Amino acid sequence: MASQIYPAIADGILVGGVYALMAVGLTLIFGVLDIINVAQGIMVVIGGYLSYVLSVHLHIDLFLGLLITVPVMFGLGLLIHTVVIRPLRGAERTSMSLLACFAVAIIGEGVLYAVFGADSVTLNASYVQSSFQIAGYYITDIYLYCFLLAVALVAGIYLLLYRSRFGRSVRATMQDPVAARLVGIDINRVAALTFGLGVAVTAAGGMAFGATSGGFNPNSGYDLISRLLAIVILGGLGSIGGALAAAVFMITLESVVDIWSPSWAVAVFYVALVIVLTVRPAGLFGRAAVRAQ
Amino acid sequence: MTPSAVRQGADRAVRSRRGRPGWPGWSGLPARPLVIAAGVLAVVAAAVLFPVAFPSPVATTYGFDTLIFVACASAWNLFSGYSGYLSLGHAVFFGSGVYAVAVGAQDWHLTGTAVFGLLPLAAAVGGGIAIPLGLVALRVRRHTFVVITIAFFFIFQLMAFNFAFTGGTSGLVAPILNWSGATYNNPFYYAALLLAAVTVAVSWLIRRSRFGLHLRAIRDDEDRARGLGVPALRVKLAAFVLSGAITGLAGGLWYYFIGAAAPQSAFDALFDLSLALMAFFGGLGTVAGPVLGALVLEPSQQWLTARFTSNYLSEILLGALFLVVIIFMPRGVLPTASERLARWRAAWRRRGDPGAEPRP
Amino acid sequence: MTAELRTEGVAKAFGGVQALDGCTLTVPAGSITGLIGPNGSGKTTLFNVVTGYERPDAGQVYLGGQRITGASAQRVFALGLGRTFQLTRIFPRLTLVENLLVATGRSKAAGLTRARELLEFTGIAQHASELAGTLSYGQRKLLELATVLAAEPAVILLDEPAGGVNPTLIQHLAARIRDLNSQGTTFLIVEHNMEFVLGLCHQVAVLDYGTVVVAGPPEQVASDPRVLDAYLGAAPGEEQDGE
Repeated sequence: MASQIYPAIADGILVGGVYALMAVGLTLIFGVLDIINVAQGIMVVIGGYLSYVLSVHLHIDLFLGLLITVPVMFGLGLLIHTVVIRPLRGAERTSMSLLACFAVAIIGEGVLYAVFGADSVTLNASYVQSSFQIAGYYITDIYLYCFLLAVALVAGIYLLLYRSRFGRSVRATMQDPVAARLVGIDINRVAALTFGLGVAVTAAGGMAFGATSGGFNPNSGYDLISRLLAIVILGGLGSIGGALAAAVFMITLESVVDIWSPSWAVAVFYVALVIVLTVRPAGLFGRAAVRAQ
Repeated sequence: MTPSAVRQGADRAVRSRRGRPGWPGWSGLPARPLVIAAGVLAVVAAAVLFPVAFPSPVATTYGFDTLIFVACASAWNLFSGYSGYLSLGHAVFFGSGVYAVAVGAQDWHLTGTAVFGLLPLAAAVGGGIAIPLGLVALRVRRHTFVVITIAFFFIFQLMAFNFAFTGGTSGLVAPILNWSGATYNNPFYYAALLLAAVTVAVSWLIRRSRFGLHLRAIRDDEDRARGLGVPALRVKLAAFVLSGAITGLAGGLWYYFIGAAAPQSAFDALFDLSLALMAFFGGLGTVAGPVLGALVLEPSQQWLTARFTSNYLSEILLGALFLVVIIFMPRGVLPTASERLARWRAAWRRRGDPGAEPRP
Repeated sequence: MTAELRTEGVAKAFGGVQALDGCTLTVPAGSITGLIGPNGSGKTTLFNVVTGYERPDAGQVYLGGQRITGASAQRVFALGLGRTFQLTRIFPRLTLVENLLVATGRSKAAGLTRARELLEFTGIAQHASELAGTLSYGQRKLLELATVLAAEPAVILLDEPAGGVNPTLIQHLAARIRDLNSQGTTFLIVEHNMEFVLGLCHQVAVLDYGTVVVAGPPEQVASDPRVLDAYLGAAPGEEQDGE
């Protein structure tokens, strides 16, 4: 048994990094816009399908293809924000945004079914199959590359948030939108760009997910979003560090439990979520007080 | 403390108000009560006579499905609409009711109309499950609450797939009824009608009661409500359990009608979205809103699914419709309509009375 | 019904900010006590701690001799302590009558009668069936006061009742407060409007950096140099920026 644990942990950490990337996007959107983008799951699947199209029909390398898919998803995010999120006003704005995102997810899934059908597809590249050895265990190349990609992107987001003017505006808006507006920050622009950014990371996440998951189809969105939500809530809504920690922790935990019982491994997520929330309703690193709603 | 001071002050105020209209009284509906009562009776009569007028199994199936959703949407609204805690996991109660009846019928070898006797069990299971779920989920803020309900949904669906007694992926099959094919649907239809009527009545009673007042105060400002003595957790939990019980009962009835239970149909993500859509469409937090939403949207959805054999299109249309409703009519059809009506009537009245006060 | 409100050495910090630092204050039963102090001195935090919206890090709170430190807002309300908020909190989607009924623990009939009385008393009865969200700012303050009164509390905490309200309404409010006080209700009022405070209160306490620096009759406090100091040299009566 022990010999299976180490690779499971390694895989868990590597894949956890990828989930961390997607979760960071989700928590960022919450932090700035105060809404939970439940369409994030289907966005990842869309990102995966985009990579699929580029790779299979245009023979563009998966990683290079990101140069195209990331801006496309960013644009999609901006579009969704402008058309769906911005018009919502009033006291129920937060709840309605959530339902609106749910509707977007349903529409997205329907469109994917219509265009690609229900069969599973996989993302392939020459290096997907090859693996290397560490301490006697095999680790698939692609897992490592995707992990490195995720690390690079999360580091990039961190730099953006903490070292750039835009990042300062984002953090200010997260803390106090009214005050941010008073110092001249255009919070609508910040909101739109943040939403776009949050969705853009799903392009990379989609590619990584597609390459490491062994096949996906439009239905995969449900499973994804439920995990991402669990991760983000566990880590604490709005906390980027929390999303990172929670992602790696939960995916690793699932990976280990999978050794004993594959069909129950998925349940680990929700059980962990429920346990944590019973003890700490705000999540591990969450802001204890949320704005009045 | 101050009963006399307040009363003296009140008397002074009343005396100083000369010629103003009398006491406005309890908050009421915009239309007169008699008109509403007549309307309700008409709808109920139409519903009762529906299978007589349209006896075909297709029509009564439409009717059954619609009534099930009237009940479920009203039950959902009773909790989520009144309290403001949006639940996207009500499918948990529905599916639990489904499996409660399915397993009960199988294990106790019930057939025929005896299976109807299991319906209270479905309600008990639905309500019973709501207690632990509610105790966990109702302590957190609204955002987190929605997500937890989604999490619960996936847990239950997973359990249905994995447990042996639920029949796993293939699910369970209901015992056959030896009823004539032509009127097979009718008992189900009337059972669903009864359930829908009772649910709407309960919803109406709650809205007029102190319990309903507390729920709505919680929706507006939960902390303030607590600060004014409202036992928030107990109130929310009570509504949650009631909502769960009704939804569970609906699930049990539906199972017997359909004849089979499988994890994906018993725990269906679109179910939750439909409930929310119906309630929002008609008017979240009103009594008639979910009814209107179900009456309009369920037949449309059924028709679309039948017409376009791939249900992907119906998914897209459902989602798009939802977005349209949310963006253009955020309060729902009924509140928007009644608001327009009230404004129109006020303008009309003002035209006839030059001395009337202008609206603020 | 009347009661004394007392705090002893209450401390509360938020992260690095010590909002309350050894705050000891006695509000005598049946008095109208004013609480003034510069922005950030901890007035609203004190209210929050006393009424159960926040837990203190240290110190005790006593209501009528009974210890209520750390009790929940629900419990504190049930024990006879009511409060209003700086940013008026009402239930916007309920009618005025319904707003009041939330607070009265009685049967519907008795509750309705009481609601009518209270709305007449505060002077907003003509809007009884309208949604509270449609009220003007000043009317909301009156509604909030009425709601607090609904449970007949022994002690009432008012957080800037005269803030942003026109002079006529301020007089109206002051008159209502005096009416209630004549029956024994104890008041603790946070205010920046010096005229209001000096004209209404029996005693005034000054809060600075989370602790009471001066307390006594209004005229004495108004001319105390420590008070002038606390307000950074501004003379009492000058309008301060809202908190």
